[in-house]
Amino acid sequence: MGMFRLMYHFFRIGAMNELQYRVNFWIQLLQSGVALAVGLISLALVFSHTTDLAGWSQTELLVVMGVHIMMGGLIGAVIQPNMLRLMEDIREGTLDFALTKPEDAQIMVSVREIRLWRLVDVILGAILLGTALVLLGDAIGPLQAAGFVVATIFGALMIYSFWIMLTSVAFWVVRVDEMLNLFEGIYAAGRWPVGIYPGWLRGLLTFLVPIAFAVTVPAEALTGRLSGATLGLAALLAIGLLGLSRLVWRIGLRQYGGASA
Amino acid sequence: MLDYYWTMARTAIITQFQYRTANYFYMIGMIAEPVIYLVVWSTIATAQGGEVGGFTPGAFAAYYIVWTLVRNMNIVFTPYGWEWRIKRGELSAALLRPIHPLHQDLAYFGGWKLVVIVLWLPIAAILALIFQPTLNPTPLEIGVFAIAIWGAYLIRSMFLWLLGMITFWTTRVSALYELYFAVELLLSGRLVPMSLLPPWARDLALFMPFQWTFGFPIEALVGTLSTTELLTGLAIQVLWILIGLGLVQLVWRAGVRRYGAVGG
Repeated sequence: MGMFRLMYHFFRIGAMNELQYRVNFWIQLLQSGVALAVGLISLALVFSHTTDLAGWSQTELLVVMGVHIMMGGLIGAVIQPNMLRLMEDIREGTLDFALTKPEDAQIMVSVREIRLWRLVDVILGAILLGTALVLLGDAIGPLQAAGFVVATIFGALMIYSFWIMLTSVAFWVVRVDEMLNLFEGIYAAGRWPVGIYPGWLRGLLTFLVPIAFAVTVPAEALTGRLSGATLGLAALLAIGLLGLSRLVWRIGLRQYGGASA
Repeated sequence: MLDYYWTMARTAIITQFQYRTANYFYMIGMIAEPVIYLVVWSTIATAQGGEVGGFTPGAFAAYYIVWTLVRNMNIVFTPYGWEWRIKRGELSAALLRPIHPLHQDLAYFGGWKLVVIVLWLPIAAILALIFQPTLNPTPLEIGVFAIAIWGAYLIRSMFLWLLGMITFWTTRVSALYELYFAVELLLSGRLVPMSLLPPWARDLALFMPFQWTFGFPIEALVGTLSTTELLTGLAIQVLWILIGLGLVQLVWRAGVRRYGAVGG
């Protein structure tokens, strides 16, 4: 339970810090609005030339887009800023400050930062998702809703594990800033269901960068496509990746020299 | 003047060639975007019986592979950099030189482009192996393409300079920039080839410089433009460069006056 208390405190401090800069909320809202408009226009363009994309209708793709924006907001608000700070700390040697705390170091480095305003995307994505579900008109049963929530949690855990491993690379190769670009480029692929990509790319987006599980699978849960087997695989992979990332982090940490040592 | 350009470009080539790994990472990160578009549109083309808007999957592959080079040619000094330029006093130093700072940017980024083109060749080869583009350019098309990518570079340099110079008046510019880049994305041929846009959007794009920096160079190489269209396209590029240059001069003069007033 100590972990949740720690998360809560850091969240509160981070939120209070960000709340000082209210104008940033409007800037974020405008930027998210522009991004949303571009997404909707791309979707409209695609569907002005076809009626379905690999078995998904336009409204179903709105569901995918909603989940994509929500997950993107979550990553941008909580995961990415922490990992960027970790990269910087490793490079500068200031990770000492986190390591000397009595709490578990991996938890410490994962909860220190929050970009509160990026949560605007979570809200926008949720609105889009809700609208799409109303348009679809199918009643969402409690089972589907539960499937969605569980799949989203697994997806988020996998993305987190992926980021921890990616950032741990910084223990060996100090400069990894470009990774952020690379990740954002690849994350954009989740805007579309991974089923449309050719086999090798789908494999990459499923197992190497787990975007399929973070975006497509939760969307599948809401559009009646999710099978128990997929959810089981998601659970297995989430646990596996979490364990693996812990291992990589530990090994990486041994490489860390520190600045004061 | 030519001497200045050559020295500046050479400096850029030497510097950037040293950072080739960083350059490569950057260029590889950029590949995700066109690959996504390519996959989406190829899927549609196949589902529609082999083509959509005159593009087969092979033609889309050619379009989006050439896209990667044109995108790199489109990278110029970022308007976000102006804040740093003004804040750090970089501009004060540039103003002391007897030469317009525009020349410095054009020459430096121009030299950098030469490195980028060399680094791009293996990327293009790999993408071509994976996606099998249909590409049979005539010598004229290759010639026009080789000129048009530099035309694109100049047009985009001018317009991003214009955008960047807004920083002379206000630093709350990020929302405006995002809006500009969104319109550019949609109406330049970067998101989709111009022929897939609805007619009204194509008409709208006629009054903007965007398609001459993106869609035109690509289509010069992969499309079926007639000789007249190719040559007219180059002429329109020249027109937009001149319009951009005129506007840059105008705004620059006003901006520098303003800059002096603030710096005291």
